[in-house]
Amino acid sequence: MKILSKTLNKINIFLENNPKITIYFPQFLIILVLTIIISYFSLNASTNMAARGIETGFAFLKNKASFDIQFSLIEFDSNDSYARAYLVGLLNTLLVSGIGIFFATVIGFFVGIIRLSTNILASKVAEAYIEIFRNIPLLLQIFFWYFAVLRLLPSSENSLILFDFVFANIKGIYVPRFVWTNFNFLTYGLVVSILAIYIFRFYSKKKQDLTGVQVPTFTTSLIIFVVINLLFIIIGNVGLSLTYPVLETNRGIHNYSGGVSVIPELIALAFSLSLYTSTFIAECVRAGILGIDKGQKEAAASIGLSKSQILKLIVIPQALRIIIPPVTNQYLNLTKNSSLAAAIAYPDIVLVFAGTALMQTGKAIEIVSITMLTYLTLSISISLFMNWYNKKNSLTER
Amino acid sequence: MKIIKLMISMFAVFLITACGNQTTKKTSTLDTTKKQGFVKCGVSQGLPGFSNADAGGNWTGIDVDVCRAVAAAVLGDATKVKYTPLSAKERFTALQAGDIDVLSRNTTWTLERDAAIGLEFVGVNFYDGQGFMVRSSSGIKSVKDFKNGTKVCTNTGTTTELNMADFFKAAGVTYEPVVFEKADEVVQAYDAGRCDTYTTDKSGLAAQRTKMSKPDDHIVLPETISKEPLGPVVREGDGDWADVVRWSLNVWIEAEEYGVNSSNIDSMMDSKNPAIQRIVGAEGTKNGAALNLDQKWSYNIIKQVGNYAESYKRNLADTGIMPDRGPNALWTKGGILYVPPVR
Repeated sequence: MKILSKTLNKINIFLENNPKITIYFPQFLIILVLTIIISYFSLNASTNMAARGIETGFAFLKNKASFDIQFSLIEFDSNDSYARAYLVGLLNTLLVSGIGIFFATVIGFFVGIIRLSTNILASKVAEAYIEIFRNIPLLLQIFFWYFAVLRLLPSSENSLILFDFVFANIKGIYVPRFVWTNFNFLTYGLVVSILAIYIFRFYSKKKQDLTGVQVPTFTTSLIIFVVINLLFIIIGNVGLSLTYPVLETNRGIHNYSGGVSVIPELIALAFSLSLYTSTFIAECVRAGILGIDKGQKEAAASIGLSKSQILKLIVIPQALRIIIPPVTNQYLNLTKNSSLAAAIAYPDIVLVFAGTALMQTGKAIEIVSITMLTYLTLSISISLFMNWYNKKNSLTER
Repeated sequence: MKIIKLMISMFAVFLITACGNQTTKKTSTLDTTKKQGFVKCGVSQGLPGFSNADAGGNWTGIDVDVCRAVAAAVLGDATKVKYTPLSAKERFTALQAGDIDVLSRNTTWTLERDAAIGLEFVGVNFYDGQGFMVRSSSGIKSVKDFKNGTKVCTNTGTTTELNMADFFKAAGVTYEPVVFEKADEVVQAYDAGRCDTYTTDKSGLAAQRTKMSKPDDHIVLPETISKEPLGPVVREGDGDWADVVRWSLNVWIEAEEYGVNSSNIDSMMDSKNPAIQRIVGAEGTKNGAALNLDQKWSYNIIKQVGNYAESYKRNLADTGIMPDRGPNALWTKGGILYVPPVR
């Protein structure tokens, strides 16, 4: 007993002399306990699965997928591997999220501003739009738009034809495919023009700082962009030709080949995601604009700034600070909501990988963890980008 | 400091328990089922003729009858079944995780499923094959009429996707699979004209056709592009339980072979034919004991569920889904239904 209390005493003295240990040891313990719990459960799971004759591991990713995918941004065929099927699903998720985020932002800003309009009719219409679309569950909206799109489009025998080269029917919208020659010159042109605009902006800002003279940046940038790109197109002999969709009819099967087809599932999904999320973005925008004190605008007007300058230099930068964090959440929501695609046959990562591939291989734990990690990575990337953008726009204290 | 000491001792205790808890006792599904008093059975979310619930929540179908047969054999009461409706995607995970003990959900027996994902197929209760449905107005009369760009509707999580990939590849035709998560959306999209054809097991096509707005406008093409032996599945590694399900299925089918059915079984009890004596579980037969079941296990199945012919007639023929037994006729009557002898 004596020895024990002596050693305990020694430990106490040692800990008192090393305050860092008292701070870090509990945290270290918590992490250790967590790791042990997690590894205990995963070990248990793998032992149980081995006992039931279930194969585990990620080697299946190299196996032949032997199923086909309706819509893919990269070449895919049933001889490709599960890993490539995963990539196809991921790209389709990114595509629909990207389109959704773009349109949700545009519609959201537009509706948010109209909602604040002094014109009562306009503002009420915007309000009705917001209240309707944000209060109906998204899955229902997706089903509604999907079957609405299907019922609206004509059958494949009587396609809707626009300008003789766009064909729309229930099986998709077919547009001409662009075929570029010397495409690399166009990319060079783009890079050079953006660089030139950047340099021009830098010098015009310097000039304004030194002399106070303002250069019309927007118009000049546009001119630089157009002129440089035109020059490159002419010098590089960049050519563009179109291959038009051509109708092939074989006993009741009408198929357009040659063009690019946009499947109705993509249209319906992108449409419903944009409409739904735009209502939330509209409210963020309204909050942002209302959040700016009236005195700011009055003060700006009193020092002689024009109306557009007030908007550009005073209102928008301050409003963005309020708008960006909640809008980031909406972007994350939209990306995650895109997983509802499986309900209407849009081949996103959930349908292709966590659906078909999971079923064919039976590797539930592996596939679901890969899919979860993918969404986590997507969400974190969006949030990192938006945080960077937010920091760029936030108040810098000097 | 006291807190830290406490944490250290808790940590030690945790380590000991964590290490000591590695071995878990293996329990037998048969014993658990007898103890809990019902059979946990996984079925479909609604496929008329196979497993379908009516408005009152009563399940009927030829797959449901397999579960009822197991309940009759193990517990002596065919109604002691707890049904769990499962999507194609969920079914195997539910079985692996022990949420259900028998999966009887129009599931195709394949090598991959049998060998790699911890399942054991115990037999076949329906021989099916994948077919195609088209609009009769399209003029398509055979699968040879499918040309490049054919849009095919189906649902995910089935062997259908693989079969059609193989089929179109072999035929050298490009196609676009429009793959939904649930069968109901497939039917709606096909009905709306999104696809040129709808493919799934032929029994499924026949059942789903009844849900279309105008069932008579659609025809099922004559060709069958795959073998789809559908049957009950159990977890791998519990041989006793697999035997119970396997022989409940076999005796159900063999009863038809010997003409034993729910109405004549009582008179068959005194039959002099030894094969019939074994089927009905008459005095002196040892089948029940071999399976760790009651002597009257097979009597209960046939008395309460009926034999295969009765199930087929009740669920598939009288409902007009598949009036013709085709390959599901007994081997003695031109079909391929053939089970090992119950002896």
